Amino acid sequence: MFENLTHRLNQVFDQLRRRGKLSEADVDAAMREVRLALLEADVHYSVVKDFVNRVKARAVGAEVSKALNPGQQVIKIVHEELIATLGEPAPLNLSGPKPRVVMLVGLQGSGKTTQAGKLAKLLRSRGERVMLVAGDPYRPAAVQQLQQLGERVDVPVIADLKKKPPELAAYALDQAQKGGYTVMIVDTAGRSQLDEALMTELRAIEKRISPVEVLLVVDAMIGQEALHVAEGFRDNVAITGLILTKMDGDARGGAAISIRSVTGVPIKFLGTGEKLDALETYDPGRLASRILGMGDVIGLIEKAEAAFDAQTAQKQAQKLMKGEMDLQDWLEQMRQMRKMGPLTQLLEMLPGQLGQVARQVDPREVEKNFKQIEAIINSMTPEERRNPDILNASRRRRIAAGSGNDVQAVNRLMKQFRETQKLMKTLQKTGLKGLPRLFG
Amino acid sequence: MVDFLNKWREGLARTSKAAFGRLAGMLGATEITPETWEDLEALLIQADVGLETTQAVLKALKETVKREGLTRASDLRAVLKAELRSRLTTPPPLVFSDRPTVILLVGVNGSGKTTTAAKLGQRFMKEGKTVLFGAADTFRAAAVDQLQVWGERLKAEVIAGAPESDPGAVAYNAVQAGIARGVDVILIDTAGRLHTRFNLMEELKKVYRVVQKALPSAPHAVWLVLDATTGQNALQQARAFKDAVRVNGVILTKLDSSARGGMAFAIQRELGLPILFAGLGEKPEDLTPFDPDAFINGVLE
Repeated sequence: MFENLTHRLNQVFDQLRRRGKLSEADVDAAMREVRLALLEADVHYSVVKDFVNRVKARAVGAEVSKALNPGQQVIKIVHEELIATLGEPAPLNLSGPKPRVVMLVGLQGSGKTTQAGKLAKLLRSRGERVMLVAGDPYRPAAVQQLQQLGERVDVPVIADLKKKPPELAAYALDQAQKGGYTVMIVDTAGRSQLDEALMTELRAIEKRISPVEVLLVVDAMIGQEALHVAEGFRDNVAITGLILTKMDGDARGGAAISIRSVTGVPIKFLGTGEKLDALETYDPGRLASRILGMGDVIGLIEKAEAAFDAQTAQKQAQKLMKGEMDLQDWLEQMRQMRKMGPLTQLLEMLPGQLGQVARQVDPREVEKNFKQIEAIINSMTPEERRNPDILNASRRRRIAAGSGNDVQAVNRLMKQFRETQKLMKTLQKTGLKGLPRLFG
Repeated sequence: MVDFLNKWREGLARTSKAAFGRLAGMLGATEITPETWEDLEALLIQADVGLETTQAVLKALKETVKREGLTRASDLRAVLKAELRSRLTTPPPLVFSDRPTVILLVGVNGSGKTTTAAKLGQRFMKEGKTVLFGAADTFRAAAVDQLQVWGERLKAEVIAGAPESDPGAVAYNAVQAGIARGVDVILIDTAGRLHTRFNLMEELKKVYRVVQKALPSAPHAVWLVLDATTGQNALQQARAFKDAVRVNGVILTKLDSSARGGMAFAIQRELGLPILFAGLGEKPEDLTPFDPDAFINGVLE
């Protein structure tokens, strides 16, 4: 089993933390590990070399601040350089005369057609009048696939197997102009960047429709090949941005670094699932954290913010601060958590080893467990929820019967609740010191 | 046979040109230096061989060099080839003793399952077998249509279900239809799924169980369709699919790109899964039985 990046970097940084000062030898040792870790994350060999040299140059020497310990400083530099390489996020460029043309290119199976559907849905929800163009006449049923997606998001799809893709694109542009469409999304055939015929075709399409965006769609699981793919497409069409797909898997996505360093164009979206709304905007800090194996903590916080009702949250926080959480509050918390989205996706956002463990959990089990807890608490009187201490054996029997459980289930729940209460009290005392920190 | 080797060479020509062309220059008639080892490391890692395997290969090479007292970089070539070859097995011959023989194709999204199903179908039909397809990818838009287009082209029956319907039911129907028609081979295409998706992997296990229910000796083979451009994640994929549905062979697709499919070494070594077929081009006949010698030759020459 390959050790993941988190684990490796944690090992490195543990070693560094134990040192008072950083010598050049220390940095060298750390960089050897960083290099291996990045290679395991599928960053291209030559890109890793450059990256490591850059970090080394910054780590050894004057930049080591006195405010931080040397280990923290190195971690900070690695993280910063990673963010710098990944680059600033950029929105979709929708400037210029309408319709603005967006073209999707990439290898077979990278997810172009699916992303075309997702983009159409996203832009339509922003009030654009969107048209889809099925520019892949080669793969059997690729046209039908786009047509079905178009139907689902209520966007017209222009297709004609008798026309060559460049002609079809030009024809569609004319239709889009006449029909008052504001955005036209062109799906193209997937093929290796070494396929001369396809590259010629891509250039021809580009020439006919002058896209404002040519987005390279790349599978996040891709290996060293990412560099050549990026070079190959860059040399043929004017790539303006990237979409990294299948980010909901467990690939580190180190290819993003390779592609960025070759093309220099911004990453615009991340594909995070098969559903049509699984297209997320990109955040360099989050992606860097993911590559470093720190988990998508920011994503988790954002989801929590979006789902939580501010008033309820504040009221709860006040109660928590006083150490007064009751069963009703506990239930509310669990309900809010569920609103954040599918449990599996949340679990996958957890950092490092915790995330690995979480992936083993059967979400249906958790869901079942939650439903049981909800049923039990719902079978309690308001007084019992506020003051769980009054739950004697007779009350417990009644609650068990009322919720269709046995008394043991009620007892288990009470034990769980007490443990949570205890944890809250500890947190209250130690404050943030009790929580693991991101950087050393 | 000559034709066959030529196909490999053609398919892999781009591959070798892309990076391995350097090998000849690298392993010239000079002495073995630390740079030679560094170059070899770069070469293997850039072929997606993976860090662990690369280090193991280099270690073995160094031992051989020491033992045999090799000094010329050019001597390394044959040693490297032999070392890599020792890490791949010749795929076992396919046995179709049962009739029908049921083959399940699994893999992540976009690896080329549907296309591979069609190409395998054509291959088996050319060998004189009768083939029936089960289109159990009821999730991706038009996946069923894609296989049906192939079915029409190949004049083979395709058993399909309604979109969003239960893939297990489609698989069951396919096996039953195959038994009723007395076909030789039933190829079941499943929906692409990331190996990290718990529910989807459970669904795949169900398809497996249902196939077994329809015919107790089935599925006779479960093949993982793997994109040759995949990096280190390939091993995790292969492991997860093997654990879930007892994958017993791998098909390496898109090997005609400049991707080198180096993860094949680790998959073979760590999971004992042989590479059965390789996709060397767009045409159906470009899916050929995996030949380790041709693979390594193509990669190094």
